[in-house]
Amino acid sequence: MRHTISLLVENRFGVLSRISGLFSGRGYNIESLSVGETIDPEISNMTIVTSGDDQIIEQITKQLNKLIDVIKVVDMTELDHVEREMVLIKVAPRQEDKAEVLRIAEIFRGRIVDSSQRTYTIEVTGDEKKIEALIELLRPMGIKEFVRTGKIAIAREGVKK
Amino acid sequence: MKMTGAEIFLECLKREGVKHVFGYPGGVILNIFDLLYDDKDIQLILTRHEQGAVHAADGYARSTGKPGVVLVTSGPGATNTVTGIATASMDSIPLVVFSGQVPTMLIGNDAFQEADIVGISRPCTKYNFLAKDTKDLSRIIREAFHIATTGRPGPVLIDLPKDVTASKADFVWPEVKIRSYNPTYEGNKWMITQAAHMIAKSKKALIIAGGGVILSGGSKELKELAEFTEIPVTMTLMGLGSFPGTHRLSLGMPGMHGTYYANKAIQESDLLIAIGMRFDDRVTGKIDAFAPNAKIIHIDIDPTSIRKNVRVDVPIVGDVKRVLTVLNKVLKEDIKEQWTEVRRAWLKQIDIWKHERPMTYTYSDEVIKPQFVVEKIYELTKGDAIISTEVGQNQMWAAQFYKFDKPRMWLTSGGLGTMGYGFPAAIGAQIAHPNKLVIDIAGDGSIQMNIQELATAVINKLPVKVAILNNHYLGMVRQWQELFFNERYSYTHLEVIPDFVKVAEAYGAVGLRATKPSEVEPVLKEGFKIKKTVFMDFICDWKEKVFPMVPAGAPIDHMLFEEKSEKAEKKLKAVK
Repeated sequence: MRHTISLLVENRFGVLSRISGLFSGRGYNIESLSVGETIDPEISNMTIVTSGDDQIIEQITKQLNKLIDVIKVVDMTELDHVEREMVLIKVAPRQEDKAEVLRIAEIFRGRIVDSSQRTYTIEVTGDEKKIEALIELLRPMGIKEFVRTGKIAIAREGVKK
Repeated sequence: MKMTGAEIFLECLKREGVKHVFGYPGGVILNIFDLLYDDKDIQLILTRHEQGAVHAADGYARSTGKPGVVLVTSGPGATNTVTGIATASMDSIPLVVFSGQVPTMLIGNDAFQEADIVGISRPCTKYNFLAKDTKDLSRIIREAFHIATTGRPGPVLIDLPKDVTASKADFVWPEVKIRSYNPTYEGNKWMITQAAHMIAKSKKALIIAGGGVILSGGSKELKELAEFTEIPVTMTLMGLGSFPGTHRLSLGMPGMHGTYYANKAIQESDLLIAIGMRFDDRVTGKIDAFAPNAKIIHIDIDPTSIRKNVRVDVPIVGDVKRVLTVLNKVLKEDIKEQWTEVRRAWLKQIDIWKHERPMTYTYSDEVIKPQFVVEKIYELTKGDAIISTEVGQNQMWAAQFYKFDKPRMWLTSGGLGTMGYGFPAAIGAQIAHPNKLVIDIAGDGSIQMNIQELATAVINKLPVKVAILNNHYLGMVRQWQELFFNERYSYTHLEVIPDFVKVAEAYGAVGLRATKPSEVEPVLKEGFKIKKTVFMDFICDWKEKVFPMVPAGAPIDHMLFEEKSEKAEKKLKAVK
């Protein structure tokens, strides 16, 4: 099963390599990884999407916790959380498909961030399903390339009633 | 007060209580070596290879419980330490390794003798540092010693660029505060109570004690637990000495070359109490068939060790000594059981297994059996020697036939299985214990992997003894070829073996040789008497194999035994 694991790590050189080294050294799979600064500039957040059975996920979280530069490990999959990913898609549609591409972009609340005589580049944010659906819809229109950020996730706060 | 990086380094080592450093000089580490030249408090033991330095520091650490310290130069000096660091890492041995590095300005430029040792050593250290600024050096060194020696111990490396050792900074000595590193020492009380109840309910309980018992200093508590609850104990290769090998409740070592009765007991047990061990494949054999009837209590300071290889019913994360102290208390105060009565049938069954297949071998009066040499060493030293081993048959025979009653007397590369470990490790142990008898039980293959350390032993006047079980083969691999590869001895016959007596003499050590069983005892006696480095070359039966043996991947009760004749049995009895 797929898990989204969120890490708080010390923001120093070599940390990313310790984490990626842990995954490669023990044969775990990284499906996506995104890194960014947090509110505290000394701490970075990493969101890792990985997969494995319960025992493997348990090992992954324990092994991550054991790394000296890792401050906190949260398996988001077990929590109510929000996940987002951004994609930039460059489409080169035929003349007759151009309107359709723009319409799809609009449905997906995308923005055109670049256009040329032959291409549009669309920026879309959403959860994984939305991104995949968009890619599938645009595929017949002629996708030249796309770049995905990888997933980021944050826990939801409970609302008091 | 402003101090140079090299001065800070030395001051830090003194504050950490370091007396001995094992190392080898080179260009970029010269600032430090220059200071060591006339330092009175810290002695540098110059080895003849950086790998030897790390193993020596490792032997020093295993035999004392203090961290071993290594100092080498950059590039090849640093990369030569990797095998030693990985050896220590697999066996959780505290080391602090300092490697020189090219000046910070040149890092990344492929400078002369530059190697990215921080990158290279990352997977085999507990942690590593690149000291980029002299002002951070003392904090880094203090953190390194802290990380190496706390929690699950392990090696830590500090890379020291040349300019960092030359520039000056104010000396500071800050308390260690690492927010993301907080090992768990106290076991969960509820879990410990659960464990106590399971122990009380079990009929056929068995303790498997590992190296963690020794690392935490929990031998006394383990003995108390075993004796009080009448539970037999089997010790892993790393755990030998954690519980007295001569104790009536001892079952010796389990696993691939373990005793018949230890493996039988594991398979029949209804409760395994795994203490400071990690269910290595050499212990479990085929994992699905391992201890099919047992519930498992697993005590370990490293949470990743728990449920890594086997299912666990009661996980207890914590320091072995502290957890056992609480567990013993709960058992004694809260649980009233007539332990002797409860265990009677189980201990009787184990006794039957012990008689069915004792740990033995076939004696010969024509050719020296390697086990006989180990037995004689045990007999003559009365178990009161520090024993190191190389890796392979020599290691297994030493583990099987030498009985360890005390911890920190047994130095062996368990996890990584590093040939060439034993001799430098013995040197390190002898440095720490100048008056103890230190013996490396070696093979003719392994000893050649770090034989250059003869110079280190001789120049430091170390009376280290090396007993070479010489069979002209890489014996353990040869044994696998005989049993599983149709006796095709591909590249395991060493053909040319140096004359170890002459080699020893060439270095200024003493060389002795035994070619007949009757010469074994006299040679050992003479060797032990001489207050010098001694190589004892025992020309052994090359056909001898390590038994029992569980083929890799088989369940641990599927054991192969030596086929033996009754005649030989009788002879053995007569000799004994």
